[in-house]
Parts: sequence; structure tokens; C-alpha cells
Amino acid sequence: MNRYPLWKNLIIAITLLVGLLYTLPNFYGESPAIQISPLRITAEAGLPLLQKVEGTLKKHGLINEGTLVEGNSIKIRFADTDVQIKARDILQSELGTDYIVALNLIPNSPEWLNSLGGLPMYLGLDLRGGVHFLLQTDMDGALSKALDRYSSDIRSTLREQKISSAGLDRQDSQLIIKFRDELLRSKAEAELKKIYSDLDVRTQDTGRDFRLLVSIKPEAQTRMQSATIQQNISTLRNRVNELGVAEPVIQQAGTDRVIVQLPGVQDTAKAKDILGRTATLEIRMVDDENDIDAALRGQIPFGTELLTERDGGAILVKKQILLTGDRITDAQPGFDSDNQPAVHVTLDSNGARIFKQLTRNNVGKRMAILLVEKNRAEVVTAPVIREEIGGGRVQISGRMSSMEARDVALLLRAGALAAPMEIIEERTVGPSLGADNISRGFNSTLFGFLAVAIFIMLYYRAIGVISILALGANLLLLISLLSILQATLTLPGMAAIALTVGMAIDANVLINERIRDELRNGLTPQLAISAGYERAFGTIVDSNITTLIAGIALFAFGSGPVKGFAVVLCLGILTSVFTAVTVSRAMVNLIYGGHRKLEKISIGTVWKPKAVKR
Amino acid sequence: MEFFKFERDIPFMSWGKYTTTISLLTFAISLFFIVTKGLNLGVDFTGGTVLEVSYAQPANLDRIRSIFVTLGIPDASVQNFGTSRDVLIRLPAKHQLSSAKLSETVIASLKELDESIQIRRVEFVGPQVGDELLENGALALLFVSLGIVAYLAMRFEWKFGVAGIIANLHDVIIILGFFAYFQWEFSLTVLAAILAVLGYSVNESVVVFDRIRENFRKMRKAPATQIINNAITRTMSRTIITHGSTEAVVVSMLLFGGETLYYFALALTIGILFGIYSSVLVASPLLMLLGVKREDLVKPEKKQQEEALP
Repeated sequence: MNRYPLWKNLIIAITLLVGLLYTLPNFYGESPAIQISPLRITAEAGLPLLQKVEGTLKKHGLINEGTLVEGNSIKIRFADTDVQIKARDILQSELGTDYIVALNLIPNSPEWLNSLGGLPMYLGLDLRGGVHFLLQTDMDGALSKALDRYSSDIRSTLREQKISSAGLDRQDSQLIIKFRDELLRSKAEAELKKIYSDLDVRTQDTGRDFRLLVSIKPEAQTRMQSATIQQNISTLRNRVNELGVAEPVIQQAGTDRVIVQLPGVQDTAKAKDILGRTATLEIRMVDDENDIDAALRGQIPFGTELLTERDGGAILVKKQILLTGDRITDAQPGFDSDNQPAVHVTLDSNGARIFKQLTRNNVGKRMAILLVEKNRAEVVTAPVIREEIGGGRVQISGRMSSMEARDVALLLRAGALAAPMEIIEERTVGPSLGADNISRGFNSTLFGFLAVAIFIMLYYRAIGVISILALGANLLLLISLLSILQATLTLPGMAAIALTVGMAIDANVLINERIRDELRNGLTPQLAISAGYERAFGTIVDSNITTLIAGIALFAFGSGPVKGFAVVLCLGILTSVFTAVTVSRAMVNLIYGGHRKLEKISIGTVWKPKAVKR
Repeated sequence: MEFFKFERDIPFMSWGKYTTTISLLTFAISLFFIVTKGLNLGVDFTGGTVLEVSYAQPANLDRIRSIFVTLGIPDASVQNFGTSRDVLIRLPAKHQLSSAKLSETVIASLKELDESIQIRRVEFVGPQVGDELLENGALALLFVSLGIVAYLAMRFEWKFGVAGIIANLHDVIIILGFFAYFQWEFSLTVLAAILAVLGYSVNESVVVFDRIRENFRKMRKAPATQIINNAITRTMSRTIITHGSTEAVVVSMLLFGGETLYYFALALTIGILFGIYSSVLVASPLLMLLGVKREDLVKPEKKQQEEALP
């Protein structure tokens, strides 16, 4: 009766083995490393780069402990942080600005373990130090800007169609266009509905005039919002790259928020500076009439500015801004009619109109496309206008490689934030505090475990030892699950591990008390064991499900570290039920199950009352 | 070893009057402190900035305070924490100050005063985020309670659900009462601890309820009082051992977990101690009060036969 079939024992053994395997990486620790990845997506981090890096390191007498090409980046391991930082500085200056050289940590686990996908637990920022930002996008601002754009678009449409209106006003989230008679209004209504599929056009009659109420359709608003947040995320990603952070986290949270986590970043001021940077695009005319040499000598003509081009050359640009980047709806790399690399830019309708006018009036002249960041302008490209360009499809070409075309397209698309963002939450943890937190969490778990173990073994003897082994198996499985899932472990998460240790013993206590109970009632040891496990099972499930409910609610409503706590709590409950019910049972079966006539089990004193009154 | 040698069942139910009075009293006192003193909500919920810095030498708090006066934040709280070299600075949420810039300005000024300063932690939470967290916390509490009642009602019977949840909300109110009276900082992790206690403490009641149900089936003639007394007595040893184990771990957290886990562990400690009390001496008398009967749990056999007939 107290024997598991072979397959059951095998499953338990395999589970434990797998658990042990995936817990292992946590014991090897991590060593300091450097991660080199190209700044632009087009560049590759392949063998040539690796050779160059290795050569550079050898030249400066820095010993690396192994290199590793992973995806589009190279990782180099070092013996200690001193060498790591020295190497970082040297590589950064040797490789130039085309590559990001970031400090990183690589797990020390052996190759065979890596190939099995064994990774140490992923530590949260509060355990390894770093910054966490929560940024909020100003969606209202973005929508109101869009409405402003529509209002000027509508004005020009009406003008082009020669429909005279008696005024266009903006009121909250809608535009009100007034007309003198109904005929004009219906003409305008038909026209607007035809052109602007994203707008909702309704009529309204007041005593004095005929009105059209124009608002942005809800589905168009949602589309705009998601496009805005996506662009903001890709912009932030570009900016974070400049910081040289290994494994940054940039993800959307809710409809209008973005989480940015930068592990290991110390200089928060710089990080905030780069994240909060506002970049805008401007189109201006190049001033070729005045002498650039004179300007370089300091005689800058009135109304112009001396700027630098991307290739480093100086260029004289007029101060008047003709078009800004918020008119661009898309930018893609491609080729022009001569099969030369080019960037295809799509403008919105009003931008298209302005651009048509601009190109018509300036054929043969040069136009400059500028990226303005923090009041510092840089000319991205300055092509010659060959002909009038209409239709809102603009092609920027001339003197660029296909790689550059891709970069320019990316910059045009993602150089600027679609809507302003604001930091609404910031959490910075210093690395020393992170290390402290790890040792604190570890110590509380260790001492808690020891205290429980000593007591249980004294109280329940051999069965107690089995209980503690099951508890250890629980800890093993929990850590291996956390490692496999790569769930982020935070300090509250470590607290949850400790708490799980304390709570998991409950299931074993329930079983052991039941066995004692059955022995007290006069059952034979074998019967008592099987009855004890069976009867306790229902109670164990019931009592753990309630805690699981709490864990799930915590996960659903919690944020950040609390979520981490909830994940560990839920997983811990699952593993503890498994280990208490099957792992400990298997051990008991192996020890006691084989004896046909079992006289006694070592479960401490089983005290019997003299007279039980029922 | 065997600690618990009960010759006969302990008459827990006859103490019902006293325990109910004690419960009502502690409950009322806790509620009184929560209402009058309020919770000392941490920066997670109120919004604001917390800086934890450490110096090479013992810190001069007066000089640090004077910096905040010159910065125009006279209501900043500056205090030692842990050692004399560690300083905790709290700045209230201010709508007019650019939040992101605030910590930078403060750090720059502090660095000017003393170069040896080391930033260990900076936490800035916008007031809006704080409000949302509080709202989500309250929602989580509500959903955990509802979920538990629903589960108990399904697995046992509605009376068990009601008794269980009242007993456990009683624990939560008492923890909150402690936090209000001592003005301990109520943070997001403390909230997590309270929710964990809610789950854990119900866990406790469930074990007793399970026995009660079993006894109703086994001890067919016994009155409800005797059944409940017997159930509590028989699970007593397990109750004490389990709680002792959990408490041992929590105490270890309290001692070795450091500042961040201190209040978390404290909330758990109170929760566990009152969890024992409430599951034994609050939930079960309530069950009696609600008039639990054998028929609630054991379906009359006649009915089943009737249903079986074609």
C-alpha cells in the first residue's frame, strides 16, 4: 500500500534532477564583462569586429577571460571590475561612436549548462542597482496638437474648394465651422467627409448660423495614441542606446506610460538628460548666396546660421523654419529613379501643400533638413531641389549610402518624441545597497530555514528529516522555476521565498500530525501513513488555494516589486504542495513501504490520552 | 517530543463571550486609531521623494536641513537611520516643482556640502501614481476578500465564508491599527504583507473548518459546540507548530532583513499572531453564532434517494 509504482518515482526523481540542473547556474555567480553592440542596426558585430577588439585588448595588455558572440553583440569576460573598466575606456575610444560599449555581467556557469538554457535568476534593480523610470506621455497635448493640425488643413481645403465659411473655432476637443447658408454647409460636409476619413463630421443648427461640428473619431484617436506611444518607445530606445547600458528594459505600461529600466546606471542626471531630450525636425533653406568662408571667419549674414553637416562640413542655413517634423507621417529607406539610395518621406496633407509651394518657389536651390536637439541643430542632409514636389511624397536623396539612408529614415521617424513625456516615477538603487539587499534576503531565508529545520527534526525525528528534505526540494524547485522563467527577482521576492519556506512546512506538519493522530487512534503504522497522507491532502489543497487567491490578486493589482512578490508566492505554493504531497511521500515509501510488518515509525512521541470522551 | 497532551477537548466555545468581547474591543480600538491618527502612508502612496544617503563620517543633520531651507523646501524631513552616517531625507510631493529635476538639484547641493556623500537610494513617485497605487491596493484587498468568501462558500457553505472573512478582516484591521497607532510607515511592501496575511490567515481557518466538517460527518450525535471544540483541540498542535515555523522565518526576516523588510516582517508578525487567535477564537464562535448545522454540510440521505428514483 505504501509503495509508489516505478513511473511515479521516476517522475519525481526527474523533476528533482531538472530542478537541481536549473538551480545550478545561481551558484556559479557572474563575472564582469563588456558588451559591444553597433549603434546602428545596419552595422554588424561579426568576426572582423571581434578580431579588432581582441587585437586592441592585446595591445594594451588586458587579459580577457573569453569572448562570446551573441546575436548582434560581442561580450567579453574579464577577471575583475578594474580590468573591465579599463577595457571599456580603451575600447570606447578605439571603436569610436559607432559602437556602444557597455558594462555587463555574464553568468559563470559552464558551457554545457548554458547550452541547456540554464541561467541564473534575473535580479531586479533593487538587488543589483540601477534606475527605474516611469514616463508618462502627454496624450491630451498630442491630441490637441493633432486637432490644431486638422483645423489648418480644413481651412486650406475649404479655401481650395472655394467654400466660404463664416469662421472656424476650436472648442475643447472639437472644431466648430460656421456657414451662412445650408447649401454651403452641405457642400463642405460632403467634401470634408470625402477627404478626412478619420474625422467625425456632424451638423448643428443654431438660431443664427449653420454649423459643422468636427471631431476626431474615437478609433482614430486610439490609433493615434498607440502610434504616438510606439514612436516614443522607439525614440527612447535610440536615446538609451547612447547611454551604453547593457540590457535596458523599455516597455509600454498602460495606454500612455513607458517603463525604462537601466541596470547598473550610476549617473542618473545624465540618464534623465538623455531620456528627456526633445528633438525636432526642421526644414529650412540653405543660404548659398553668401560667402561661407566669410561666415567661417565670423561674419555671419543677418537671418542665417552657421551649422555643421553630418559629414562635418560647415553650411550656412537661413533661420526661417519652413516645415517642422510633426508634419511627417512616415519615413522609409529606399532608392530613387537613378537607383541611388534615398529616403521616402510621407507628409500629412497640410505638410504636402506647404512642401509643394516650397519646392515650386525654390527649384535649383538647396534645402536643409535639420535635427534640433537641446537647441543644438545639425544638418542631416541638404539636397538640391530639382523640381516641384507635390502629393506629400518626398524623396530625399544625394550623397548617401544605403546605410545612411536607413539611418536618416530612422532619425526622421524616431528622432523626435511624438508627444512630450514626463518622468512621473523614479527609483534609483545604488550598487552597494543592491549587494546589501541580496545578502539580507539570503540571510533571512537561511536562518529561517535552519530554525525550522532544527525544530521539525527534533519534533518529528525521521519523518521530520523527510519533511525538511521535502522543504529543501521545495526551495530547489522554486529557485529553478524562477531561473527557468527568468522572472525578475526583487527584494520582496526574496522575502516571499523566505515566507514560502515558513509556510510550506505547514503541509508537512498537517500530514505528520495526521499520521500521529491515526496512530493514536490505534491504526497500524502502514495504515496510519497512508491514511495520514490521504486525509491531509484535501486540507492542504483547500488551505493553499486561499493563499493562491491572495497571490493572484496581488499579481493582478500590484506593480513592480509587489508583482515580483506575488509571482514567487504563487510559484512557491505550487511547488510546496507538490513536494509535501509527492516528494515526501516517495521518501516515506522508500523507507517504510517495503516492510511487510512495520512495528514502529520514527515520528516522535505519540501520546495517547487515557480516556477520550466522545 | 509531544507538546500537546489534551485529555479532553478544550471548551473554546464556552469562552465565546470573552473572546468576542476582546475581539470587538481590539477591533474598535484599532478602528479608532485608524480614524483618528490615520496611516502614515509612505512615499509609494502619497507621492514625493525619498533619498537615502550615506557619509564617510557621522552626518551633520543641521547643516543638511539648512540646505533644504535655502532650496525652498523647509518641510523636508531629515533624519538618521540605522547608523549616524546614514541619512534618510523625505521631501513632500510638490506640484509646482519639476519632479524629475528636484532630486538632481538636491543631490548636487548635498554633494557641494560634502564630497564623501554616497547615494544609496532615490525614490520619486508622482502624486498621481501614488493615488493609483492606493486605489489598486484597495481593489486588491477587496478582490482577495471576495475571492476567499466565494471559495469558502463553494467548498463548504456560505456561513463558513462569512465567518472566515470577518475573522480575517479583523486581523487586517488590527494590523492597520498597529500601524496607525505607532505611525509606522505604510508602504507598498507592507500592503503586500497584509494581503499575504489575509491569504495565510484564511488558510488557518480552513484547516479548522475542514476538521469541523469532518467531525459533523463522523460524530453524528454530538452538538455543534462539542464538534467545534473537538476540531480546534485536535488541530491545536498543528496550528502552533505551523505558526511557530512561519513566525521563526518572519523573525529571522525581522532581524536580518534590514530596513526595507523591517515593516514588512512586522506586519507579518502581527498578522500571524492574530491569525492564530482569530482562526481559533473568532471564526469558530462566529460560525456558532451563524447557527451552523449538520444539515449544512451533510446532505440528508433521504433526499438523495428520492432523487435517485426515476
